[in-house]
Parts: sequence; structure tokens; C-alpha cells
Amino acid sequence: MTILDVARKNGVRIPTLCHESALEPYGACRICVVEVEGARAPVASCCVPAAQGMAVRTETPRIQRARRAIIELLLSDHPEDCLSCEKAGACSLQEYAYEFGARKSRYPSAEKHNYAALDDNPFYVRDYNKCILCGRCVRTCAEVQGDCVIDFAHRGYDTAVSTPINRGLIESQCVLCGNCVQSCPVGALTEKKSIRMGRSWEMEKVRTTCPYCGVGCQQWLHVKDGKIVKVTGVKNAEPNRGRLCVKGRFGYDFIYSEERLKTPLIREGDAFREATWDEALDLTADKIKEIIKKHGPDAVAGVSCARSINEDSYNMQKLFRSVFKTNNIDHCARV
Amino acid sequence: MAGLATSFGSGAMTNSFNEFSSAKLFLIIGSNMTEAHPVAATLVKNAVVNRGARMILIDPRAHRLAEFADIHCRLNVGSDIALLNGIMHVLIAENLYDKDYVENFTENFEALKAKAAEYPPERASAISGVSADTIRAAARMLASANAAMVIYTLGITEHVCGTHNVMSVANLQMLLGNVGLKGGGVNPLRGQNNVQGACDMGALPNVFPGYQRVEDAAVRAKFEKAWDVKELPGKEGLKSPAMLELAKSGNVKALWIFGENLANSEPDISHVERCLESCEFLVCQDIFPTETTRFADVIFPAAAWSENEGTFTSSERRVNMTRAASKAPGAAMPNWWIFKQIAKRFGQEWKPDSAQEIWDNEVSALAPALAGIKYHRLTNDGIQWPCPSIDHPGTGFLHKDGKFTRGKGLFTPVDWVPPAEIPDEEYPFVLSTGRRLTHYHTRTQTGRCQGFDDVLGEESADISPEDAERLGVSGGEKVRVCSRRGSVEVKAKVTKEVPPGLVWMAFHFREGCANWLTNAAFDSITQTAEYKACAVSVEKI
Ligand code: SF4
Ligand code: SF4
Ligand code: SF4
Repeated sequence: MTILDVARKNGVRIPTLCHESALEPYGACRICVVEVEGARAPVASCCVPAAQGMAVRTETPRIQRARRAIIELLLSDHPEDCLSCEKAGACSLQEYAYEFGARKSRYPSAEKHNYAALDDNPFYVRDYNKCILCGRCVRTCAEVQGDCVIDFAHRGYDTAVSTPINRGLIESQCVLCGNCVQSCPVGALTEKKSIRMGRSWEMEKVRTTCPYCGVGCQQWLHVKDGKIVKVTGVKNAEPNRGRLCVKGRFGYDFIYSEERLKTPLIREGDAFREATWDEALDLTADKIKEIIKKHGPDAVAGVSCARSINEDSYNMQKLFRSVFKTNNIDHCARV
Repeated sequence: MAGLATSFGSGAMTNSFNEFSSAKLFLIIGSNMTEAHPVAATLVKNAVVNRGARMILIDPRAHRLAEFADIHCRLNVGSDIALLNGIMHVLIAENLYDKDYVENFTENFEALKAKAAEYPPERASAISGVSADTIRAAARMLASANAAMVIYTLGITEHVCGTHNVMSVANLQMLLGNVGLKGGGVNPLRGQNNVQGACDMGALPNVFPGYQRVEDAAVRAKFEKAWDVKELPGKEGLKSPAMLELAKSGNVKALWIFGENLANSEPDISHVERCLESCEFLVCQDIFPTETTRFADVIFPAAAWSENEGTFTSSERRVNMTRAASKAPGAAMPNWWIFKQIAKRFGQEWKPDSAQEIWDNEVSALAPALAGIKYHRLTNDGIQWPCPSIDHPGTGFLHKDGKFTRGKGLFTPVDWVPPAEIPDEEYPFVLSTGRRLTHYHTRTQTGRCQGFDDVLGEESADISPEDAERLGVSGGEKVRVCSRRGSVEVKAKVTKEVPPGLVWMAFHFREGCANWLTNAAFDSITQTAEYKACAVSVEKI
């Protein structure tokens, strides 16, 4: 266990930027520095193993100064965009700048990048002006997603996260899982469908299960005014531990499609007419009664849905067995 | 699930996803995990890359997982049993199998031994196209690991011999002593979020909820009492392909299709549409108009995912909550409510009036494996069945210590049979089908989410560079793919993923949907269709 692990386990807060529990320790941002008694310089708590009897100080004036300096350096090459940034309120840089009283004006003449925001895929935008080079996206892609699509390119001041030969994501091997987006601690990577849909503090978070494949990934639905505006993976949850795939993360808006069926429909010739529930239910019940009377219960058959909730399938088979008196009930994926 | 149910006594994933990351050796067969079960695939990739696990991949296609495999058996489509029998032949001939396990926990080994003897690696190789040396190497690698975990998907079940394929996999794992321990087992990944749940709930023609057989009078008496009805039917009902067939012949008069787009997802679309058309009374219950609802007499609008509370059961037998975040549009109602209203019109008043009441008061009261699962316990990670009592933590892996649900594990020797339709002069290619990452099923969902059609906007036919050259097609050019049942015109995608002689397609788009071509030939036991193999011709347009 590292010093950071021990601290967190015991409820002692140490700020981090590049650290993420799902990733190997990295030690790049140095915001997690602490003083260890007997050591000459402060050490990065995310990388140093804790030892028996070690005396650690996490909040000395010297540590606080060092942390503020790190944040101020980052701010010196960072756009002043918190007012309209999608990440505001959930951004680690913003949070620490406030906490340490760090101001951009400390290094007014620092050189500034001016990258064009990259909008090369339908699901997320990359604005590397806001990137703090913590490497979380790069490491998430490699260590968690297992795909190694992105990496650091260039050197020194020009270092930037990039796809191979800086072609767009669509041309790369990227599977658009967005796991890198979820790991970004600042507003460099943001979900496109969520743009201007609500501030982080306005969202209610609802935990649910993905509606696509049988893995059963756990999701947070970020809900504003009864509408899902973003989906993220639930950290430390079984089975997905924060991960999602492209469908689970970005495939939620079908429920808001204009094409949804909104009212019962009854066939009239070649077309359908809108009906009330009572009309449609009565018609169905009468018709099935008539068929059962004439041809017996086994003239009725039903196919249930392998996507809808258990309770729906349960009630459907109960209807067929206990009401219609037939076992002609199946679903589509018997395998 | 008939295959696993026969071999082990229980037809579900034996182990859990969280064991993937610590498994030492994977045998992945007929599973394009990176596209169909992407997050599960990340766990496998992590084990291989970050922790040095090994992988044997059995798949005709060199899809993305192949990059991670130590051994890739690129077998001919539909030759799985021959290959597996070949591997078992080596294990037995070289004395590499787990004798203690076989002796103590299984039965019918002699029959398996005799069958495997018929498949020396050379014969298995001649059928499967995988070299005899590779077969030997795979067998030895399997024997060298403490435990190996088998993962499979529809690649082996969607064949006329699907059930036998599964039994064959089960045979292999029992032979290796790999069932009933962490990091082992036989693990079918379910394609849809609640396939497992639909089975558990008894949306099957032969069982009540909790796999309690309809033929069993005591079981029927139990449900008659619980539901307060008389004379529940004891005869096994129809499976869905038979329902369609009988709708066409006029024996099934009323068909109720809930949330499935059969007109795109079943093999041989033209045939399915004729069946739907001829049905006297068709009820559809869905969230969208689909190709199937066109044939309906009544359509019920349903609430969708995130519009009402309930539970899904994932592949790993985990019962998870799904919760409401938004309101259903218009007059759409929860599906369970709709069924309840019909029951009422037949004079039955069902008490439960929410998903929670249905689960807590009926489902978990009636299905012994779910008895300990109640909504108030499902706050975090859900619970994996079997969970027989309220203080039971749930079960991570089944058949612990070789104690199979059915008693002893049953070896069921099986023979290789070719697919129902094999290539000939007129239709010289094998067509195999599956899913692609960015879409899901017939796109009723992903086709209505922003962005997905931008990434993948149409169907394509994947062919090998060798075949492309012979046919004079380059990537992006249109080809016509024909089978005995229909033809489609799609763009060719030239890729080394597919071997020569194979065409690979998906069924996400109505236009160019592979199911205009696929063969409605079925596994005799499960009635699962052979989506994975039929014969087609390909020509440049
Ligand atoms: S990334 Fe953070 S600090 Fe930068 S503009 Fe956005 S909210 Fe502000
Ligand atoms: S979206 Fe997924 S695959 Fe693409 S770069 Fe991010 S982590 Fe990697
Ligand atoms: S997020 Fe992807 S892998 Fe996870 S359940 Fe949903 S579809 Fe499956």
C-alpha cells in the first residue's frame, strides 16, 4: 500500500490529479506530495509505499506552497473558461485552484497553447488547451480499456495527447468507449451530447443497469429535470468497475426519440388509428377469448422480450399460463 | 441452455466476470467479445496484457481479440465439435486429463473416451482446417494450466448442432477438471441484457419461473395455489420458430409479440413476414413501431428502460436494479401493467401493483434459487443466484468442489455434423453473421441515438483480400450477396479478419440485413437457428 492508499483508507485527504485507483501509480502531477520525517524532499504519496512507523505530514505550509505552485503553473497555460466549461463544478483543477488560492496572474507572460478543439467523432470533444498532461486518458486506454489508441506525442512544451499520426479518432483503432473521457479530471475531454444540457451540480445521479448486452454494466444516469443528459460507469461496481462501452455510455437517448409509440393503436384496414387503453385492452381480451373458445388455448402463443425487466417477463408468462392456460410462451434467445 | 443443463444440471454462466481479471488461461470460442460484450472483453485483455494470462482463441475470424491470443485456431465454420474432440483425443491419449476429477465428479467417461478416440488430431484437422500440431499445442496448453476458463457466445450456439457444441465444451472442461472452481468454468455470454432473466422468469415453453418443469404435477399444484387458479397446462408449449410456422398454417390464431423485432432478427425474413401476415390476430407491445408492428392488429405502447423500476439479470446470474429516471411518453405504460389489465378482463385480479411487489411477493417466493433476493437487498451490486435465503450472499461460481447441480457431471459424447447448408458450385461461399460494436440488434435503439449511424451507417459484407481480388472488387464497391432465400446489395468491406471462402455480415440494418439470406434451419433441441452458416454467392455489381 502506498502512503496515499493508507491516508485514504483512514479518511485523510490528499489531493491528486494524475492518480486513479484503477490505474498503476504514475507520479506525474506531484500534487499529492507529502513530507515524510527523515526524508530531505517531499515525496509523491501515490508512488511511495507506506512503511511501519513512518511519520507523514500532509498539510504543512511547505506542502501547501508546493501544491499552489503546481496549480499556478498549470493555470499559466490554461484558458480562462470556467464560466462556460462543461466540467465546471466537477473539475479537479478548478477545485484545487480554489482550495489553494491559486491564481493565474502569478505567471502572466507564460507561453500559451492555442489548439483547435478536435471534434472528429459523434460522441466526445477533445480540447487540449485544457489538458493538464496527467496521462489518465492515455493510461486508461492502455491499462483499462486495453486498446492503446492514444499516447503522448512531441516533447517538452509541445507534449500533447494524440492519436497515431494525429489522424482523427475515427481513423484510429478507437472504439469510442469514452472510458478516457470519464477518467479526465478536467474539461479537456467532454461528452458531446451533454453540451449545455446542465451543470454538474444540477444533476441528480440515478444508479441503473445498462440496457444493451448481457454483461450488466452499472451506470450512473445524470438526470436533469427528468431527462438523462449523461451516463457514466459506476466506479468500484461489479462487474464493470467504472467502465462502459460505446453503447452503454452514449446509447441512452433513444428513449427521447420522437418516434416512440405514445398511444395504443388499433388496425383499421391498412392503417392504424389511435385508441384508448380501454378500447385496445377490451378488443384484445375479447378477441383472445373468442379464439380460445373456438380453437382452444393452444391457438394462442406469445414471445416475450429478452431486454425488458424480469417482472415484465414474469407477468407475461403468468398471463399465458394462468389466464390463457397454455405453455406457448417463449422468448427469442433460448440459446 | 439445454446443453449446459444436460451436462451440469444448470444452464447459466458458471463463473463470474470478476474472475476474468485473475484467470490464468482463457479458451474463447465463437465469441467476438470486443464488439458484442466490450466491457467483458476489457477484463480479458487486462488479464492478458497486465497479468500475463494466456489465451486460446477458436474462431474463423481474426477479430480484434486475435491480437491477444497465444494460439488462434482459425477453424472452418461449423467444425467446432471435430476440433474439440481432437483436443480431447490428445488430452486422453497423452494422459493429460484430470483423472481424479473425472473419477470422482463425473459419469459416462468411457463413452467420451470412445468418441474422442475417433478424432485423432489428423482427422480433426482435416475437418476443421486447423493443423494437427496446433490442436496438440492447444491441448497441452490447456493441460498445463491450473484452471482454464471457457467463454463462448452465439458463435457456437447458433448452429444446427448448437446444443452439441455446448455439450462438447462442457465435456472438455470436465475432462480438465475445470468446472466448480474460481477462474474456470463454462461461461456463455448473453447477447441481450435480460436473456438470462427471461429464462429465469419462465418465458420458456417448458418451465415455470425458476426452471420448474410444467410436466411436474407437484410443481403445477404449487403454482395453482400461488396463483389461485385451477388446472395449469402440463404440456410443453411451442418454441418461437414453431409459433411462427403454425401461425402461417393457421393453427396458431393469436400471436403476442412483446418487444422483439422478429421481422428483422429471425432468419429468412421473407418467410417470417409471410408467417406474421397470415396470423389471424397479432398483438405487438413495443416502444417503437418496427418492421414487425406493421403486421399487428393491436399495438400497445410500452414504457422503456429508465422509465420504470425493475430488475435485469445479467449473464453472470446477477440480479441488478434498473431505476426510473424519466417519464414514459404519452400514454405508454409499464409492460407488467399491460399484462395485468388483460388478466383482469379475464376475471383475474392480480395483487402486485409494482415491479417490486411482483418480485418480492411472487417471483422470489416461487423460485427457490431467488428466494433470498428481495428489492431491499439490491441497493449496490445486486446478488448472484442461487441465493436460497435472505442471509445468503449469493453465488459467485457454480458446482463448487465438483458438486454439480445434477449430482455428477455428465459426459455427453457428440459427433461432428456439417452445417445444414454447405457451399456448392452455385453458392460457393459460407455466410456467417454477428454483431458490430456500434450497433445493437435491429437498431430499434441505437438507430435512434444520435451519433451511432454516423459511425456505422450501413451494412457491409466482409470478405477476404484474396476473394476480393478474385471477384475484382475493392473495398467500398457494391456486391450482390445471394442465398437460396434472398439477395442483398451491400458494400464490400475487404478485411484480413475473414478467411478466404467466408462472407461475414450483421443484421443491424433492414437494408442489406443478413437475415434476408440466413437459413431457417434449427437445432433440434433448442430450436435455435443456424445464423452462423449458410451458403451464398457473391458478385460484383
Ligand atoms: S477544465 Fe476546469 S479549470 Fe479548465 S476551464 Fe474547465 S472547469 Fe475551468
Ligand atoms: S474512447 Fe476508448 S478506445 Fe478511444 S481513446 Fe478513449 S479509451 Fe481509448
Ligand atoms: S456498457 Fe457495453 S458491455 Fe456494458 S452492459 Fe452495456 S453494452 Fe454491455
